[in-house]
Amino acid sequence: MGFGIGVSSSGMGPRNAMESFAEGDGKKGAIYNPHVMRRMLVYLRPYTYMMAIAFVAMLADSILTLLTPYLLKITVDNYIIQGDQTGLLWISLWTAAAFGGQYIANRTQQYLLSLVGLRMLANIRRDLFYHLQELSLSYHDTHIVGVTVSRVINDVATINDLLSQGIITLIGDTFVLVGIIVVMLVMNLSLALLTFTVLPLMLFVTIWFARRARVAFRETRTSVARVVGGLAEDIAGVRVIQAFGQEESTQVNFSAINEVNRSANISAMSLSFIFLPAIEFLGILATAIVLWFGGRSVSMGTVTLGVLVAFLSYVTRFFDPVQELSRMFTTLQAAMAGGEQVVNLLDTVPQVLDQPGAIEMPTVEGRVKFEHVSFRYRPDLPEVLHDICLDIQPGQTVALVGPTGAGKTSIGNLIARFYDVSEGSVRIDGVDVRIVNQRQLHRQIGLVPQDSFLFSGTLADNIRFGNPEASDEAVEMAAQLANAHEFISAKPEGYKTRIQEGASNLSVGQRQLVCIARAILTDPRILVLDEATSNVDSLTESLIQDALKQLLHGRTAVVIAHRLSTIRNADLICVVQDGQIVEQGKHEELMTLEGVYFTLYQRQFAE
Amino acid sequence: MKSINQNQTAGSSQSVIVMRCLGYLRPHWKLVTGVYITMVLIDLIAMVSPQVIRWTIDQGIGADNTPLLTLAVVGLLALVLLKGTLTYFEGMWTEVASQNVAYDLRNDLQRKITELSFSFHDKAEAGDLLSRAIQDVERIRFLTGRAIFRVIESIFLMIITAGMMIWMNPQLGLLAMICMPLLILRSISFGRVFRPLSLKIQKQLSVLTTRVEQNLRGVRVVKTFAQEDAEIKRFNLENQKWYDLSALSAKMQANNIPLLNLIADISSVAILMYGGTLVINHALTLGELVAFTTYVAQIVTPVRYLGMVLPAITMAAASAERVFEILDTVPMLTEKPDAPALKLEQGEVRFEKVSFAYGRQTGVLKDISFAAEPRQVIALLGPTGSGKTSVVNLIPRFYDPTAGRITIDGTDIRLVSLNSLRSQIGMVLQETTLFAASIRENIMFGKPEATQSELESAARDAQAHEFIMQMPEGYETEVGERGRTLSGGQKQRLAIARALLTNPRILILDDATSSVDSETEHLIQLALERVMHGRTTFVIAHRLSTVHSADLILVLDKGRIVARGKHAELLESSPLYVSIYHQQLKPGTSRLLTVKS
Repeated sequence: MGFGIGVSSSGMGPRNAMESFAEGDGKKGAIYNPHVMRRMLVYLRPYTYMMAIAFVAMLADSILTLLTPYLLKITVDNYIIQGDQTGLLWISLWTAAAFGGQYIANRTQQYLLSLVGLRMLANIRRDLFYHLQELSLSYHDTHIVGVTVSRVINDVATINDLLSQGIITLIGDTFVLVGIIVVMLVMNLSLALLTFTVLPLMLFVTIWFARRARVAFRETRTSVARVVGGLAEDIAGVRVIQAFGQEESTQVNFSAINEVNRSANISAMSLSFIFLPAIEFLGILATAIVLWFGGRSVSMGTVTLGVLVAFLSYVTRFFDPVQELSRMFTTLQAAMAGGEQVVNLLDTVPQVLDQPGAIEMPTVEGRVKFEHVSFRYRPDLPEVLHDICLDIQPGQTVALVGPTGAGKTSIGNLIARFYDVSEGSVRIDGVDVRIVNQRQLHRQIGLVPQDSFLFSGTLADNIRFGNPEASDEAVEMAAQLANAHEFISAKPEGYKTRIQEGASNLSVGQRQLVCIARAILTDPRILVLDEATSNVDSLTESLIQDALKQLLHGRTAVVIAHRLSTIRNADLICVVQDGQIVEQGKHEELMTLEGVYFTLYQRQFAE
Repeated sequence: MKSINQNQTAGSSQSVIVMRCLGYLRPHWKLVTGVYITMVLIDLIAMVSPQVIRWTIDQGIGADNTPLLTLAVVGLLALVLLKGTLTYFEGMWTEVASQNVAYDLRNDLQRKITELSFSFHDKAEAGDLLSRAIQDVERIRFLTGRAIFRVIESIFLMIITAGMMIWMNPQLGLLAMICMPLLILRSISFGRVFRPLSLKIQKQLSVLTTRVEQNLRGVRVVKTFAQEDAEIKRFNLENQKWYDLSALSAKMQANNIPLLNLIADISSVAILMYGGTLVINHALTLGELVAFTTYVAQIVTPVRYLGMVLPAITMAAASAERVFEILDTVPMLTEKPDAPALKLEQGEVRFEKVSFAYGRQTGVLKDISFAAEPRQVIALLGPTGSGKTSVVNLIPRFYDPTAGRITIDGTDIRLVSLNSLRSQIGMVLQETTLFAASIRENIMFGKPEATQSELESAARDAQAHEFIMQMPEGYETEVGERGRTLSGGQKQRLAIARALLTNPRILILDDATSSVDSETEHLIQLALERVMHGRTTFVIAHRLSTVHSADLILVLDKGRIVARGKHAELLESSPLYVSIYHQQLKPGTSRLLTVKS
């Protein structure tokens, strides 16, 4: 800081502030949300001792900050004006020592605070990720991936600003501020009071700014989220965009969103450009008051020149913490907004919860029973399943057939308890799925979903996904059973082939084979195959059918199929229509019934 | 040793990158000029202000001259008011200019991303692209905004302040300058180590982002296999890596920034000591000393600031590298300048000795030749991975063949504009991508100007109208991200409606009806037969009906056409066809016979 006095000592100060203001935000107008604060403070607790050291360092820093103008006063009054050369040398050495101390204090404080902040950031992210794993599918169904990702990455970062740097700065600055006020009052009461007349003005300006900034920065946050969302959509749909030659129209759409973001940012920043010069002007106004009144007092001999110089230095220092604190105010808002989002996410109660004292799922034998099950995805959505009763014996293969949207997939989802039934119950081996540990349940149920999702990583990683400890031999075995081994070993890198974004280096059929291999490797007691083989070419499909026959042996299987040819041998075929089971029985029985199944079957093979 | 070498090479290219970023300011030169003019004026005021204080102390206070004191104080206030006004404009113009740069860059990126061919997107990761377009562009914005202007301002302020001090008192002035080289050197050496580290942190953060994104996209799989714990472990690993790097960077910053302060502070003590001696010896007035310390504060801040902003600039340069990497990606396929629009009248598609490979992979297609006459239905058949999808991807030129050529109505498709080519080809891709928009917008995607009746008739043809109307908001229903709220069959029908609405001359159906239930499939089959009429159609078919009615069946195996002809001919000539045919047919026909009998 040096001794800079009069003209704003930190010529860069105001502009520095702009940067921090640029991060300002404030959603829903809540400046301070005690709940958010309480939740976030929990993350600080493990680092109490580090924070304590940082706090001590901060105090030392603040005291030294207060001390240096006083040393300046002594230098001027006692030595320069008195003409004491040796005294000047000594006081200079003392001042240098004070600066040295400040350096150590500053460095300690900065290091510890950053460290705590980063640790906390990592911990919050860890907990968020953990929580996301706990949340049920109903959460994931209704939340856009990009937004959730931004919660974990971006919003968390804003909290860090507040918790680590913020709190200490807040205390430190308040301390310096009070200290300066006291010192000034003691040094010269009337001059100090005169100087403080600027304070109400400054407060007024700050409040004015804060009100507007909150709204403006909220808009920038929303607008940048739209930019992210828009671009994410374009990337995800780039193949369709190109196939339909719609590059230009997406560009027009995007630049519109982009434009909104630009102007939101500019208008938010324009507030800072009014606010900061205004604050600086008020600071100089105070300096002018000191100069004029103080100057006259010096002339009259009521005040020493040293006091005046020290006063000027204090006034400058006085406004630093004031600016810092108002800057903190915006940081606080941003952190609160970010914190609110994060806490909301952390507080989201999973729809499907393990009951307290959920029992361990015993090794499943494989009896699945639906008892008068009704189901809707959300209370505000229509019911998709009505009064479903179904009893599947261990080892049976049950086929669900019926038109799209009839509720076949929902039935599959309920078996693994990805959702909770609205009425009735789903029992496995006579145990209500709601009273057992979810993960243990999931582990014993293999599900091959409609869309074959593969993770980025190698083919082996993907096959091993459900069973990370599986040996290479086991992986290969599973791939062989799923008839995936042949195409995998035909690849130059074999099982180490990396999956590209969107698994675009595999055909849909190949992806499905990998998904089946993945399911095979976990050796589940109950299998749910959701249209699993529909996208595989005819040759592969028949191979899979063979493999599945082996796999299904001795397991309970629920097969959701569109090709009736594949399920003719099922132990039980259920025809699902409009959320109800309208027919059930073996193939021959249903055929003689000449009902829905018969019609479906005839149509499919009439070609 | 290795890292040092990297630094040097990076250092030399860095200035090129920074210059390129600044090039984006060029269209906004008026704003930039305005910023520089206000900047010079602000700095001049900064030069004058300490002099006012000096007069105040020496003449006003020292000489007991109240009118002069008043004048000086009022003058000071006026100067600050003027400075404030100028600062407002400087700030605004800087901001607008840099926001414009961000805006332009993001538009450029989006344009590039939507235009880059499939081979780029096969490898690119969405999370990574996003972080470049958002965070990295933000850093460039900082560079082209406050950062660069401040660097220039700092240097300018430094030079004139130094001049001012030396003019006031050469010895004291030189003393004040001693610490400058030290400050600058330390700043730069700090930035040099700091830069690669921040680049690493950035990369690690994007790894972390990708992990979260992948996890969320695959949430169903994670849950199905109860792999939550393993996922958490994997995330924690990356999270810890990020922390370790960030902590290292924090340590580096804590070591360096206070040190820069210390250097500046010590030098101001030296000035006070030497200057105080001069005042004692009456070689300097007290007012001059006060003015001097003010100047020192003024000159030290920009230098210290340089130290802080230089790493930021290097970080921005790293970001810029990532952004330009995308902008500079040479599209694998390019349009000829002034490529004419494709005049598609007949719809004859011809493959002439076409070979194709993705990247470095070994050939996916080898020596494919065939001709699809106008209005013919071409069925592609073959085992998984035999190259069926690759064949149809070449027709709208999503990829270019590595050898041979493809013509439509006799014109090499590489000679016509991409847009004219693709807009006349309808495609129902293997996977149905829908946008987070209303059903209406999704169907009208390829033809935004379509009328309501066109929209509905396309939806009817695709058997989608009925289920759409059953939704509470009909065509205005939002489909959610990637069509999550719809079933597979519904999505597919929307995709078909979308393709039908453009009324293409050439139609490509890739596994089009496979995830629709038999009832709907039957209806779609009828609809497709209707829409195929009068168009050249390529079908990757598993349906017997398609194969039966196809004008030409191409049987592919390992990237080659191993047999071709009509159904009846192939039954005679191709063992592979027979085997595929029977494998699919067996259960169906035997059953069918029993039903009939």
